[in-house]
Amino acid sequence: MQTSQLAFYFFSIILIVAASRVITSKNPVHAAMFLVLAFFTAACLWITLGAEFLAIALVLVYVGAVMVLFIFVVMMLDINREKERRRYRNWLLPVLIIAGVMVAEMFFVLGEQNLGIDSTPYPIFNDPNYSNTKELGRLIYTEYVYAFEIAAVILLVAIVAAIALTLRVRNNKRANDVADQVSTSSTGRIRMLSDLNDDIDANKRKDL
Amino acid sequence: MVTFEPVDLFIALPEIVLLVLGCLVLTADLFVSQKARYITARLTKFSLLLIGLVILLHQSDSIRYAFSDMYVADPISDFLKLLSCGSVLAMLIYAKNYIEVRAIYTGEFFTLTLFTLLGMMIMISANHFLILYLGLELLSLSLYSMVALSRGALVSSEAAVKYFILGALASGFLLYGMSMIYGATGSLLLPEVASRLSTNPEGINLALFGLVFVVAGIAFKVGAVPFHMWVPDVYQGAPTAITLLIGTAPKFATYAFIFRLLVEGMGEGRMLLEWKQMLLLLGVLSIGFGNFVAIAQTNIKRMLAYSTIAHMGFLLLGFASGIKMGIAASMFYAVTYVLSALGAFGMILFMSRRGFEADELKDFKGLSRASPWYAFIMLLLMFSMAGIPPTVGFWAKLSILQVIVEAGHIGIASFAVIMSLIGAFYYLRIIKLMFFDAVETGKPLDEQNGSGILLGINGLAMLGLGFLPGVLLSFCERIISFSI
Repeated sequence: MQTSQLAFYFFSIILIVAASRVITSKNPVHAAMFLVLAFFTAACLWITLGAEFLAIALVLVYVGAVMVLFIFVVMMLDINREKERRRYRNWLLPVLIIAGVMVAEMFFVLGEQNLGIDSTPYPIFNDPNYSNTKELGRLIYTEYVYAFEIAAVILLVAIVAAIALTLRVRNNKRANDVADQVSTSSTGRIRMLSDLNDDIDANKRKDL
Repeated sequence: MVTFEPVDLFIALPEIVLLVLGCLVLTADLFVSQKARYITARLTKFSLLLIGLVILLHQSDSIRYAFSDMYVADPISDFLKLLSCGSVLAMLIYAKNYIEVRAIYTGEFFTLTLFTLLGMMIMISANHFLILYLGLELLSLSLYSMVALSRGALVSSEAAVKYFILGALASGFLLYGMSMIYGATGSLLLPEVASRLSTNPEGINLALFGLVFVVAGIAFKVGAVPFHMWVPDVYQGAPTAITLLIGTAPKFATYAFIFRLLVEGMGEGRMLLEWKQMLLLLGVLSIGFGNFVAIAQTNIKRMLAYSTIAHMGFLLLGFASGIKMGIAASMFYAVTYVLSALGAFGMILFMSRRGFEADELKDFKGLSRASPWYAFIMLLLMFSMAGIPPTVGFWAKLSILQVIVEAGHIGIASFAVIMSLIGAFYYLRIIKLMFFDAVETGKPLDEQNGSGILLGINGLAMLGLGFLPGVLLSFCERIISFSI
């Protein structure tokens, strides 16, 4: 057995175990951590296939940013609903049967001739100086520039929508206005009063 | 090696102008206070007029490709873009009074409207799986957030979440199907996919597997039975102005989506045979279910949602005939439907006031006494939706039935006729409420100049086109035969 095959089976087993633990573990934090493991192992698999940019992006974006946010949310929410879980468990058998039938049907329709290991060519490995990242960058900014620009517009819409849906302007907030504090002068600070009672407003008078 | 060609920018001029104007409105709105929001509204309307002008001047009778063939400009795209632009403009005119007295009168409403249109135009001109998907996401993302724009209303938030989750699911279906087709053909460019599918039949099983998911995704976006669950809730829950936007212009984009993906990308041999069957089934189910359930509704927005499902069934049946005439008939149907939906939702917007939505059937009681003219316009719109001559809706239904019979499905054609008869009940009920019932909610109509005039034109257009249906239908046939 070649080293690359050995690596493939090693990572695949970890990936499958981690992915199934994501949906079977009882503690949501554990499930999230298993998802991190699954992403990381998938990234390792991609590296063995020579797609190092995608692998690094997966680790940086999903493991580094998305999953950290996810774990934050999971830890802040109190998700421990044994009762609901028991309700789901009643559905386990029918769901498993339906899913099993679907997988079997897909296998019969597609079979090995379409998705088998023999019909999928192994990636071509280039010389060590070949840069995956550079090639992707070249493609994105030349051939796929139109798609790239549309993706940018989608992000712009996402920003506009997120702000429009969440920004709340409060008029009665008590926060320091730093600019106001810095630009103050000594004359504005102290007011000399001739008679105390003249300038005290109604509220203060009540206090006195 | 791909080289940059400035001519690409010229071919995609309408989209580029729209993007620039959208960003301009977004920035300009920052300097506008709530009292002066009408400046943003006017800028948006002006932008739409300008884009319509650009599309008109830019159109040509040839097929042009740009951006390494990902963008295509042909007579179909020019026509559909112009119509989308027009319906968005009509939506803004109808919605003016409605949004001004509600919390959604913000700059984002106008910016997102422009970006929605951009998404539609990108879809209409897409020649590549990725661009189709990105355009669809741009359109959907803007619409999801617009549904939720009135933050205080619980129904709107519920509708937005439902729309978002089911929309994301549909996008997942689409992407999965596209990836399978990519696996079978090795290309994402639609003409390339078509040629590889016909020359290389080995991967056909995998492509068919992908096709099932692609059609399911399309059915979700169209709102065809059994993927229709989101339509009634979203139509009812969204503010009526947004419902109008969802229910009209995106139908053109959906039409283009089906046309590009199925007809241009997979319109030959075995693939054509398979998706014809799928669309036939979806169409029959939608026509039956939509018409039956609409009878039971008391909320007019919800009723129109079910009627949309039935209408989309007709649109799919045109495609399902698989002949060129059928595709032209579908386009004719889409134009007719959008025109009547614009009027019907426009009428709800026209009748609504501050704190009064006018979206219940009983709100239409006795309208003919309050205003015989607008009751007459509503009558024309309902006649057109029901398919009663001499309105144009009759010709649209007739042309679909003709191509279905021509394709050899006489049983399905008679089923569609019977279902339309059943559907006529709930359209005629509105007419009965308007003309023969006493007023229940005593809200007088007040004159709104712009939308009142447009509503009159819209209603009379149903009648006018009904007298001259051949002009529009033959135009649709002509531009379709350019591309296939």
